[in-house]
Amino acid sequence: MLPTSSLRDALYRFGICIAALLVAAIFFWLLADLARQGVGRLDWTFLTTPPRNAGRDGGLAPILVSTFLIVFVAMSVAAPLGVATAIFLSEFTPAGGRLARWMSLSLDVLAGTPSIVFGLFGGAFFCVFLGLGFSILSGGMTLACMALPILIRTIESGLRSSPIEWRLGAAALDLSRATLLWHVLLPAAAPSLATGLSLGIGRAVAETAALIFTSGYVDRMPSSLFDSGRALSVHIYDLTMNVSGGDANAYSSALVLIAFLIAANSLAFWFSNRIFGRRVARA
Amino acid sequence: MTLSHRSSSSRSRRDTRLVAAVATAALGSSAIFVLIVGFLLKESWPALSTIGPARFLFDPAWRPTEGLFGLAPMLSASLAASVGAVILATPLGVASAIFCRHYAPPPIGWIHRWSMALLSGVPSVVIGLWGLTAIVPLIGRFEPPGASLLAGILILTVMITPTIALTSGAALDSLPDAYGRGAVALGLSREATLAHVLLPAARGGVVAGILLAAARALGETMAIVMVSGNVVQAPLSLFDPVRMLTANIALEMAYASGSHRASLFVSGLMLTALVIALAAAAWRLSGDRCHG
Repeated sequence: MLPTSSLRDALYRFGICIAALLVAAIFFWLLADLARQGVGRLDWTFLTTPPRNAGRDGGLAPILVSTFLIVFVAMSVAAPLGVATAIFLSEFTPAGGRLARWMSLSLDVLAGTPSIVFGLFGGAFFCVFLGLGFSILSGGMTLACMALPILIRTIESGLRSSPIEWRLGAAALDLSRATLLWHVLLPAAAPSLATGLSLGIGRAVAETAALIFTSGYVDRMPSSLFDSGRALSVHIYDLTMNVSGGDANAYSSALVLIAFLIAANSLAFWFSNRIFGRRVARA
Repeated sequence: MTLSHRSSSSRSRRDTRLVAAVATAALGSSAIFVLIVGFLLKESWPALSTIGPARFLFDPAWRPTEGLFGLAPMLSASLAASVGAVILATPLGVASAIFCRHYAPPPIGWIHRWSMALLSGVPSVVIGLWGLTAIVPLIGRFEPPGASLLAGILILTVMITPTIALTSGAALDSLPDAYGRGAVALGLSREATLAHVLLPAARGGVVAGILLAAARALGETMAIVMVSGNVVQAPLSLFDPVRMLTANIALEMAYASGSHRASLFVSGLMLTALVIALAAAAWRLSGDRCHG
């Protein structure tokens, strides 16, 4: 081989390694900054006391409760709707049919819609049109719309991946479609349900732009789902942008948010594996 | 099985009810996007009918309370930031994908892939917080005030590099092994194989990933609000503070009313159209992916 081409190869290799190194360095820079500046105030009191002095001091208690409620509302609306839609798309529409194609297209487009547009829509539809106002319910339902496509996609692919023999076997035993779904296909698709839920929760917890105009800014402890509640991500935004001297608490809250993301993902996975795993074992 | 006692008529009734229920749910889920566009249109209609679409592009400035509705400065800032981020993130992302698969020893490649996945999941508000406290002061040291188009570009780069790395990685993974083996059998070096065989073969998937990343950059809101300065002006230099289309909605929606509010919905419509056009181009490129 000519020396020029081996020189070119070496340059190519060098470029790729440098670029990868740069990306890794940025990632660890971000991670190190978060850990260094966030860990200082992070303790049990921080998690269990309400914010004071516009959030410069004090903790996160009501914000954690609001965040949990918003995500809970989002998932309780999105999960049944998502499972049912996935069942319809994978079991009751001919693959490649026109209806299924249009539905899939609409879901793909929904998945790509920017979060601020969901915020505009949620503010106009849930808060004003349905009269729910700035509330945890409005925020949760807006997030449900956002998380729905990814939930449907993962469950649908789980349902589609079950072997044809199971359906043939069920038909041979003269089982109804409902029985086949409930006792065979859904338990088998449990891991995909877990993945879908964890992805959906991840998307919901990380969201800010869709919540500012739907669930609002109020940082008191919510007393019902019709109260406005400040989500953790909105809290970080507010501390950073509107409260001078709020950076320290913002970093600690960011660390909590990331820990929450990781924990929610693992928990969802563990739970539905356990629940459905038992049913598969029994069946 | 405990259910075999049921008579076949109750069973078929159960099935009918199941189909009706899941079909209703599916129609509901697919109608959400239509509902969103419907509401955007409904809310922006006062502005579209009385002000007219042309003035949103050609009015000289954005002073909605004084009857000037030019979105052009914000549109150009959004485009500049997204294009800049794509230019920076494409080589970084593609190189990361190649590095994981062809250069790194397996454990390091695995760690790199894992950190890309984690980075892609970091909430935008956290990236914005980091950008405001780490990147903006850094730029401010050379060219105050620091919150600028450049800061926006860099932050978007951090956000979309993992997207590009993950999608181009998937595109590389989906190539048949025979491509690489054939190239090795021909005596091509690893670099030549990558540059002349694997990357051209994976081009569709890589470009589709880049377009999706551009759509994400264009739609990004919170991080951009936090780092780019939010002054309504056309971006003439990298160090100018600018306001993106998304940031404008987030900043003004809280107090907007009347035709001001309606024109914010117009910018939401514009944004949706842009993002969907990019996503549609991506789907075309990656072939008939999974429609149905």
